[in-house]
Amino acid sequence: MNLFADAVNWILEPANYVGSNAIPLRLAQHLVFTLVTLVMASAIAIPLGYLIGHTGRGRGLAVTTSGGLRAIPTLGLLTLVALWVGIGVVAPYVALTVLAIPPILAGAYTGFEAIDRRTVDAARAVGMSELQIVQKVEVPLGLPLLIGGLRSATLQVIATATLAAYVADLGLGRYLFAGLKTRDYAEMLGGSMLVILLALALEGIFALIQRFVVPRGVSGRVGGRAPGTTDSTPVSHSLRTEDPTVAR
Amino acid sequence: MFTITRGRLALVSAVAVGAVVALAGCASGDPLDEGGSSAGSETLVIGSQDYYSNEIIAEIYAQALEDGGFTVDRQFRIGQREAYLPEIESGALDVFPEYTGSLLQALDADAPGGTADEVYTALEAALPAGLTVLDRADASDQNSWTVTQAFADTYGLTDIASLTKVTEPITVGGNSELETRPYGPTALKEKYGIEIAGFTPVEDSGGPLTVKALVDKKIQLANVYTADPNIASNDLIALDDPDGLFLPDNVVPVVSDKVDDSAAEILNAVSAALDADTLVALNALSVNDQAAADTIATDWLTEQGLI
Amino acid sequence: MTWVLANLGLIWARTLDHVVLSLPPIVLCFLIALPLGWLARRYRISRGIILTGAGLLYAVPSLPLFFVLPAVIGTGLRSPLNVIIALTLYGVALMVRVVSDGLDSVDADVRQSASAVGYSAWSRFWQVELPLSGPVLLAGLRVVAVSTVSLVTVGAVIGVQSLGSLFTDGFQRGIQAEIIAGLVVTVGLALVFDGGLVLAGRVLMPWNRRAAPSKPNVPVELRAT
Repeated sequence: MNLFADAVNWILEPANYVGSNAIPLRLAQHLVFTLVTLVMASAIAIPLGYLIGHTGRGRGLAVTTSGGLRAIPTLGLLTLVALWVGIGVVAPYVALTVLAIPPILAGAYTGFEAIDRRTVDAARAVGMSELQIVQKVEVPLGLPLLIGGLRSATLQVIATATLAAYVADLGLGRYLFAGLKTRDYAEMLGGSMLVILLALALEGIFALIQRFVVPRGVSGRVGGRAPGTTDSTPVSHSLRTEDPTVAR
Repeated sequence: MFTITRGRLALVSAVAVGAVVALAGCASGDPLDEGGSSAGSETLVIGSQDYYSNEIIAEIYAQALEDGGFTVDRQFRIGQREAYLPEIESGALDVFPEYTGSLLQALDADAPGGTADEVYTALEAALPAGLTVLDRADASDQNSWTVTQAFADTYGLTDIASLTKVTEPITVGGNSELETRPYGPTALKEKYGIEIAGFTPVEDSGGPLTVKALVDKKIQLANVYTADPNIASNDLIALDDPDGLFLPDNVVPVVSDKVDDSAAEILNAVSAALDADTLVALNALSVNDQAAADTIATDWLTEQGLI
Repeated sequence: MTWVLANLGLIWARTLDHVVLSLPPIVLCFLIALPLGWLARRYRISRGIILTGAGLLYAVPSLPLFFVLPAVIGTGLRSPLNVIIALTLYGVALMVRVVSDGLDSVDADVRQSASAVGYSAWSRFWQVELPLSGPVLLAGLRVVAVSTVSLVTVGAVIGVQSLGSLFTDGFQRGIQAEIIAGLVVTVGLALVFDGGLVLAGRVLMPWNRRAAPSKPNVPVELRAT
């Protein structure tokens, strides 16, 4: 396809590697934006997910809420927040954090739920306190599914962070919008390819991490097959048919 | 157990398919109809940009034509120019409200600027075969360099060239394509020696976000359309453009050859009545009073005695 | 609120448009993902190719996809087909792994028993493996439904009307009630779809309601929710 050849040429064009719109700079912005978003989403979702997973309470509410969050169109949320706080990075951070919360939350609580109850009961029987159970049993054993949730959140945020350029001079989305508006499809497609490459690179890193987070002495079965965005590993292992959030 | 399930599966599938068919049938218009080959040649297909003000004008055209006995098919809100231009060129749309300068530049990137009449003449020549423009209106909705009144007062700004008097860093805001347009930040520097400190994309075509950014002082200079009622309601000022940096963007109907003389007459009467203040006022009804396009159109046409 | 009351007709029309755009991808992606997911589970090579391809597909940002697709498949830029095809692709990307995992979750003992009592591979798939992986498929389909409903809104940017049109219009005119209405109705519609799927699941898999005897190799005891 001509279109794709043009896009590859655009990526290789040396002129696109200098100045304030240089490809490495935009890549770095995109990456930093994604990481900060994930950290913020994790700060909210992981403690909450652990609480739900450990106590078994509030699960129904969490499922409904995160189902609802998932359905919120990011562009709509972004523009609405931007109307309140103005242009700049705040609105994209808010909108993308909301996007990233459901998969991380699901990863956190399904991680706890996927643990054999007998294991937890055994820990309690040998005299561990609830805090110790969380720290020494549930968190390590739930880690593979949590990483799976983080992984799918990452993929979603990377792809959707392109929208940040709607209201801020930030990230790879700049190429998409600029290319779109000037009908420069090589730039738009080239920008999309960079987004995909970045997503792939992070996928690879997550696949490696997932291999290493399975605690010693535990079968890698639960988290062995890496849950990505398209992932359903949590589903097959903690089967909750009424839960739309677990499948990612 | 599974035999029963198969029966149930069939039932559920039947219900689902039935629902889809029923929905497809009763939804407003056939969604899969691209409107290219309408059978009745009497029907005029009217399009509009995905821009509220453009929709108002299209609705005015539609109601005026309907009043003149024509059947119209409204295909409004079809994206930006890159989305609908091919469709106008292919003849899938018969009437489309356009803006002279912007359309000219889209058809011919190297088109020279000029007065409203010069641009109109150049546009007539640049249009592909089968398309014509009818009379242009006095109303225009063109690009501008806009600042807040307070900012203008501080530095005594009147026209674009006077921006050289500004001593603080100027950040420009606008759609991302503004950066590369012939009137963009680069032109400001090369033509007038105005130093631009930065560019912030705000992809709302000078809409509420851009205006808010100006008012919040996150940007100092923005590209806002001159017919935007936000200019008045937010105490903004569009800097004068005596050198014709921006092309004049008068409202003009682009029509296919399906539009006959009597239809053209109706549209020309509309254009004659549509002056600059009118367009701002109509837009204000939409933005400030949240009125719907068809109401705005009916009220104005009635008031003007056009229907 | 005033805006909402004055424009109920518009909201309803956009909701119908939205439904018409979001139903076909949900149905189509399931039909397409079924054989692909089976293939992905069956052979090691096809598994790698299909699952990697699906992962890649899902990483494509939706906005450029909506623009590139017409160039690739030759539809008009504002044809609703673009939106339907793009969303079907995303749905397939999600569902392929779900189908593969769902089939995987069927107990090997059950599978062997089925073969032992004389099921052919074909009938075993339809009468044993598919029904037993039903709950997993349903969970996946629910995610697809919700995200499809949400993604349809992006089509507004290329001139395909949906509830997303309320965002672009409300945004241009600075009418927050319109944007909020768009958000609320979109989320509501997603929840309706979700509820419909749950209902369909109850009708199709009545055995699943009572603490699943068909429970696959899940290392957890299901707590009552």
